[in-house]
Amino acid sequence: MAVGLDKVRPENIHEEKSLILEGMDISGHWNRMFDPRVLTDYSVENLEKVAALPGGESLMWCYGCAKCTGVCPVDIVGDYSPRKIHRKTQAGMDLFTSPDLWLCTTCMNCLRVCPKEVNMIHIMPAVREQAVLNGEVPPELQKAFEDTAKHGNPLGQPQRKRADWAKSAGVPVPILKDLKRPVDVLWYVGSYPSYHPRGMDAARAAARIFNALGIDFGILGAEEKDDGDSQRLAGEKGLFEMLAEQNIAAFSKYEFNRMVVTGPHEFNAFKHEYPKYGGDFTVLHYTRFLVEHLDTLKPMLKKPLNPSTSSGRSLKVTFHDPCYLGRHNGEYDAPRELLRTIPGVELVEMGRCRENGYCCGGGGGGMWLDSHTKDHTQMRLSERRVREAAEYGAEVLAVCCPFEVSRFEDAAKSTGNDKLLVRDILELLDESMKG
Amino acid sequence: MNIVVAIKQIPNLTDELEINSEGTGLDHDAVQYVLNEFDEHAIEEAVLTKESAGGSVTVIGVDTTGELNEALHTALAKGADKAAKVTGDYPRGTDSHTQAKLLADAIKGLAPEVVFAGVQAADDRDGQMGPMLAAHLGMPYVGVVTGVTASGGKIIVHKEYAGGVMAEFEVTLPAVIGVQAAHQPPRYAPVSKIRQIAKTAKADELSGGEAAGAGSTVRRMFKPEAAGHAEMWGDNADEVAEKIAGLLRDKGLLK
Repeated sequence: MAVGLDKVRPENIHEEKSLILEGMDISGHWNRMFDPRVLTDYSVENLEKVAALPGGESLMWCYGCAKCTGVCPVDIVGDYSPRKIHRKTQAGMDLFTSPDLWLCTTCMNCLRVCPKEVNMIHIMPAVREQAVLNGEVPPELQKAFEDTAKHGNPLGQPQRKRADWAKSAGVPVPILKDLKRPVDVLWYVGSYPSYHPRGMDAARAAARIFNALGIDFGILGAEEKDDGDSQRLAGEKGLFEMLAEQNIAAFSKYEFNRMVVTGPHEFNAFKHEYPKYGGDFTVLHYTRFLVEHLDTLKPMLKKPLNPSTSSGRSLKVTFHDPCYLGRHNGEYDAPRELLRTIPGVELVEMGRCRENGYCCGGGGGGMWLDSHTKDHTQMRLSERRVREAAEYGAEVLAVCCPFEVSRFEDAAKSTGNDKLLVRDILELLDESMKG
Repeated sequence: MNIVVAIKQIPNLTDELEINSEGTGLDHDAVQYVLNEFDEHAIEEAVLTKESAGGSVTVIGVDTTGELNEALHTALAKGADKAAKVTGDYPRGTDSHTQAKLLADAIKGLAPEVVFAGVQAADDRDGQMGPMLAAHLGMPYVGVVTGVTASGGKIIVHKEYAGGVMAEFEVTLPAVIGVQAAHQPPRYAPVSKIRQIAKTAKADELSGGEAAGAGSTVRRMFKPEAAGHAEMWGDNADEVAEKIAGLLRDKGLLK
């Protein structure tokens, strides 16, 4: 049975309690007959409600080929895919109040394979926005919205402490407000690298790398706010717009040549969304930025990361493509180039990599929907992913999205893969530079 | 039921708080202003009361920052029906005596059956806004309320006392209620909705009169000062016990 829906309505099932036909007893279910199931049995009202929203139109275009079902990371751990959403909605499901509404991580693997260009990256935020306006939001997501609105970050940490991580970086991290001069690079640190303990490790590593490379950079410190892109995809468009306006105002106060971001979600926001609000800046994800400096960086990577140099065995590192760096923005090579440059590292690819990379579950608001997703799937997406990394014999799961470190570390523990280390590429580079 | 909620903006406590150069108060220009948290509960309780007993909710405040609209639009997004603000030459941090007088003058014209206010605010912590409003309006006041039930021209208010003791009071209307906490957490107003409302809604502007003058003056405001350091006595239980006994003996508490 499909979740929440009967495949055949009771009145369309015919069954004689006792029936003897040509001397044969075919009582009960042996004689069960079904009326043909026809779509016209259902009202298309709910499907039309979705299609009537700006951004929701393409749900109508689905012709049920199910190519998305094969690649949907949520379907791999549950019973959910765009095709299933289309079919259920066609058969009467109200997507606006269904738990399915909050399962999509906007990873974009469905759109990559869809011959009809049914675009869940537009459909889901459009429907979610209505749910948010109606107050029908899972409580944990609402908490993240509230914290972002009040404090400028979804972790609910004080705005004035946004640059506190830099105190223990061991190198200068100039704040533009104090610097009072133009810089080459405005480094947008991001919320998780600013506040999450494991994110801060990556931020400090980045600060040390930028210093070693002699980059002329500065950060916004307490003037920086969350980029808001994931809140937008989770349906709080107004919150995104407010943050975009505030960030663009902060960016515009200073002179810089380009922006470097720690996270792919910020990269996506500044590249594709902020220009719509008048904030058009040259932006690079840190992996691409560091690849540009590879000639200088390479000689600094002195310490091999393999456990014992005498055996000649290298450290097996696998890489998880962030959805918003890879599929959404086409960057697959820069992170791999960095990893290959680190001495003592052997890069092992997982089956689901590059264009078909799996999703950590954190995108599109998934970062703040852990309990909801767990209640409606068999395991967390992050748990599925660390199992895959372990299956390929990886000792280190390398990442370059600030959402992922904590997600995968928790998943490694909860699946009994404690030995699998999760490291941001920044941390690996920093470690190798200590040699 | 005609419900009015009186609100007040206070410094954002998650900001770095700066003391002014005279050392008599906060440097109001260096801090951001936000809605008093207890007022958020007052708004929630008002909207809940309206939802159960019918009527309308008007939210009103003195605009001391030029940014009160934000709080008013948020209240409208949460379910308030009307918004109003008292405008005039009232700087940030205007004392509660002046705010209470201005609000009372404005609220009189609204003929409310019940006025909700936050029981206190983190800026002055004197909890006087509600009682002063009641005095100016000639209404009874009940404070530290954690829930309201309205029926037939009366309301029942719920209060919590120390030791887990609860009490309910029947209050004859009109009255002023100081809300400690709404009976459910304040709802979230999506920023999308607030922005929609900001485009269309307009708060009634009422010009207020003279400042009433503060009832008290702050002689000195200062940040906590460190007074010596704690001495750590290690983790050997026997030694620590000996030291504690010795200290008590020295202080004459042990013979």
